[in-house]
Order: sequence, then C-alpha cells, then structure tokens
Amino acid sequence: MNKKILFTLPLLITLVLFGYFFWALTKPGRDPKILPSVLIDKPAPEFNLTALENLGVPGFSRADLTSNGKVSIVNIFASWCVPCLAEHPDMVKLGKRNDINLYGINYRDKPKDALNWLKRNGNPYHRVGRDPKSRTGIDWGVYGVPETFIVDATGTIRYKHVGPLNPGDLENTILPIINNLQAQN
Amino acid sequence: MRGLFLFAAVLLIFTANSNSVKAFEPDEILDDPALEARAREISKEVRCLVCQNEPIDSSNADLAKELRIVVRERLVAGDSDDDVKSYLSARYGDFVLFRPPFNTATFLLWFGPLLVFGVGGIGLIFFYRGNKNLKVAKPLSPEEEARFNQFLDEDKKTKSSNSGETS
Repeated sequence: MNKKILFTLPLLITLVLFGYFFWALTKPGRDPKILPSVLIDKPAPEFNLTALENLGVPGFSRADLTSNGKVSIVNIFASWCVPCLAEHPDMVKLGKRNDINLYGINYRDKPKDALNWLKRNGNPYHRVGRDPKSRTGIDWGVYGVPETFIVDATGTIRYKHVGPLNPGDLENTILPIINNLQAQN
Repeated sequence: MRGLFLFAAVLLIFTANSNSVKAFEPDEILDDPALEARAREISKEVRCLVCQNEPIDSSNADLAKELRIVVRERLVAGDSDDDVKSYLSARYGDFVLFRPPFNTATFLLWFGPLLVFGVGGIGLIFFYRGNKNLKVAKPLSPEEEARFNQFLDEDKKTKSSNSGETS
C-alpha cells in the first residue's frame, strides 16, 4: 500500500506541474512581450528634456514631477507610432484634468513630424519633452511605444502600462490608481 | 566539378557570416580594439527588448543600436563588464541579460534540475532497497524447519498411497 503511493508520486508531481504550466501559459491577459518594470516604487530617473518648438508648451525635467504636489502621468509617444493614435482620446481626457500633470515624452521622433502630429490630433499634454535618441527612454526602461507611467507627487514611479491604453484600461486601471495616490497625499 | 562545390561552400560560409554581423554598424566601433572586443562580448549577452530572442549585437532595431552605443559609452567611461550589465538590468530587469544572474528570484532556475535529480536519486535508492528486502528471505527458524519437513513427509506419504491405489 505504502509502495503504491510512492510509485504514483512522480506521476502526481508531473501532473501538478503540467497543470501549473498550462494555467500559466493560457491565463487570460498573458502577453510574453510585456515585461514587468523594475522601476516600480523607485524614484524616477534624472532627466531634462527640451521643448518641442512652436508647440506652445514647455519641455520638462525631473524637477517638474515633484514641483506642484500633483500626480503625474508620463506618456511616451511618437508620430510614427500607430497605437499612440488609438490611445490619444484617453490622453485628451487626462489632459483636461487640472489636478494631475500630463507630460509627454516624444520618443525618437523628428520635431517637424511630432509637431504636425500634435497639430493634427490636438495636443493633450501640459508639457512635452523631446527624446530624439531615446536616452531618457532607456533610463525609464522604455522598450516599446506607447508606454504610460504614473508617478506620484514625490517623484516615485508607481505604475507602468506597456502598449496603448485599451478600452476600459483608463477607467478600470489608470483612474483608480490616480485616485488612490491622490487620497494618500 | 569539385572546384565548383568548394566555391559554393565558401560562398555559403561567407554569406552566412556576413548575415550574422549585419546589424553591427561601422560608425559604432570604438577606436580601442580591447574595449571594442569587450563591447562585442557584452552585446552578445544583452537581449534586444523589441525582438526579445535576439541579442542587441545582431539586431537591427533602433533601440538595440542605441543600447550598443550605451554599452560602449559605459565602457569608455571606465565601467567593468559587470557594471555595464547591472546598468542595463537596473533599467530593464534581469530579462535583458540572456544569462540569468544568481539571486533569490532565480534560485529555483539554477538549482531546480539538481533538486529534481536529487529527489529522483533518493527515490531510486529506496526502490532498490525495497526490492532487495523482498528477494533475500530470512532463514527458517528450527521450529519452522521441523514443520516444513513434516509437511514434506505428509505429502510424500499421501502421494505414495495414491499411486498404490491407482496401480
């Protein structure tokens, strides 16, 4: 009797492992392309980005994340980035709010292209900084565009979203996190 | 004919080689050959985050190119190979390195196989021990032997009496 249990043990362990792998590989929302950010709950990196000329909003640096006591949304975008257009309406919604900062990092873009894109689709950002060589992007761990960071009033990165905000992401994820951080202040 | 084959083989090797270093652009090369060699070695172990299964050394992605330049800048600034790698993993996580470092999160990754073999080995030892116990029976005690002989004798008697009846 004892021996029978011992013999079935390897089979049982294998089945449990298979079950776990199957679950892990097929669970909804799994996307191997999305990497967890190592910067969550870490201070935002130092940077200083120049403004996009003729746009009418200033550039920004790390100091602008902590200067006014507001939660900041930092959105990485580019004119060549098609999914950026898809999440643009969400950015417009966020840009209308006065109780948060909406900052845009223009990633690996030509100034003329970026300006045309923002003129055509409307500029939702309170500040836009140019990152033509993606150096600031690398410091933020950016590897795909668009990416959206939520930074609290002390300059600590609290959340990162890779890829465009899909329908429901703003209401179900982004806004609750903003509310939470504002409540903590 | 043989010459043609040789020519084709050489051509094949040549094109295969040029493919594998295609992404590498001449304007990135450092003047110092020793630093450049280190940069190439590091670049082969850094994952391109855009293509994911390709090292930045052979990737054509813009981000890979920029990371190759960053690697070289860090080396010129006097960083050691490990410094450069930790610079990158501080921004992109351990995933950026093809060879996972040893830490609490990767402990099972490194020792998992050893653990499986260990458990299996222990299982095997128990299995063979158990079998041996089955095969090697204990010798009979004097009383048991006496009873055993008694049974044998009775068996013989019945057999001989049976055979007497039939014949």
